[in-house]
Amino acid sequence: MKSPWLFHLNTGACNGCDIELLCCLTPRYDVEQLGIRLEGSPRHADILCVSGPVTRNTLDALQSVYSQIPDPKVVVAIGSCPASCNVFAGSPVVVGPLDRFLHVDVYVPGCPPRPDAIICGIVRATEILAEKVAQNIVVKESVA
Amino acid sequence: MNLGLTLLRVFVFPGIIYTVFAAWFILWFDRKMTARMQNRIGPPFYQPFFDFIKLLAKDSQTQQSMEGKLMLGLPIMSVTALIGAATLLPVTASEQGFAGDLVLLVSLLEVPTICLVLAGFISKSIFGQVGATREAILSIAYNIPFLAGMVALASASGSLDLSKIVNSRPGVVGIAAFVSIIICLPAKLHINPFSLSNAEQEIYSGPLTEMSGAQLALWELSHGLEWVALSGLMAALFIPKTGIIGVDIILFLVGSILVSLLLIILSTGSARLKLGETVRLYWRWGTVFAGLVLIASMLWQL
Repeated sequence: MKSPWLFHLNTGACNGCDIELLCCLTPRYDVEQLGIRLEGSPRHADILCVSGPVTRNTLDALQSVYSQIPDPKVVVAIGSCPASCNVFAGSPVVVGPLDRFLHVDVYVPGCPPRPDAIICGIVRATEILAEKVAQNIVVKESVA
Repeated sequence: MNLGLTLLRVFVFPGIIYTVFAAWFILWFDRKMTARMQNRIGPPFYQPFFDFIKLLAKDSQTQQSMEGKLMLGLPIMSVTALIGAATLLPVTASEQGFAGDLVLLVSLLEVPTICLVLAGFISKSIFGQVGATREAILSIAYNIPFLAGMVALASASGSLDLSKIVNSRPGVVGIAAFVSIIICLPAKLHINPFSLSNAEQEIYSGPLTEMSGAQLALWELSHGLEWVALSGLMAALFIPKTGIIGVDIILFLVGSILVSLLLIILSTGSARLKLGETVRLYWRWGTVFAGLVLIASMLWQL
């Protein structure tokens, strides 16, 4: 998979992980050399990057964005929040962690994770995406 | 012109094969040059081609309704019109056009804009509608200097035939028309500082927000083809012909790349203007250039 396009969704994160994700686009890390592009619309994306414990207010947005991404798609949880709710665990407005609602393919732990770790996680996600694309083609052929 | 040469023009150069590969090349060139100017490394050479293949392989959730069919039909129309426009370009001096091919070229170059506006409205997304409205307003603004430049070229050479226009030497009218047409290209290509219709981060992707899979792939290709057709138009009209076919083709390619590079430098070095500012800029200064070029062409004929 040579051209993974990302959609970034903040489900109540403190903005730390979001800044680290945007760091990956800067000249120092430049993920565009891997063909990665940050897209504005979920319909263009292949990989959903979620940062933040899922709060009650963002749950609808999360589910609607996930359903808008065309198949095959992969979910990457960025930071400790979507994995475990981190310091927000037990809060009455937090309904996370993320894997209660979606199947998460790659976890990138850290609070916040370093840009290198995020890039590593996204590269792992592209490998999973490539497997899904191959499976998708096999399924389509067997249906036909 | 014999049949073989015509088929060669339609299918190989400057027709289907050349334009599609040149579109992918120029999309890569745009991203790579932007990256280099921002001190980044940028995407590998084959990137736009892989993007295209990947998007074709996606499951796009198309509806069976009329809107769903149009969402795929509009980019196909846009791509076809642009390939047609690029095929009409007079690359070598010996090419015979037909009477009125300038009119056909100008109208084919306008088709993608109309398709984009329609696509924005059909997608029923609020971002699509805002983007489509902006694109429509912008096209009214930038077309004045563009069409004035074309009209001046036609009247200075006394013909609507592209090959006759190219072979005439319009002198100062040519220079005025060059300026008047090139100031419209950034708006026609929706790049900075006139990237209003697809203003990323502001209205997501404008008219293309709801497009996915094959629709988006074709729109990306269409954007590349716009680059090829418009930079090729500048190169074909304003580089003097030598009469040797090989040299003319090389000059055409070099000219296209230089025009693209100029536009990429402009787009990297500038920020997006507001709609009001853009329209005011084109109505005020664009109309000045349009007036100048028309006066120059009238004086030329005296």
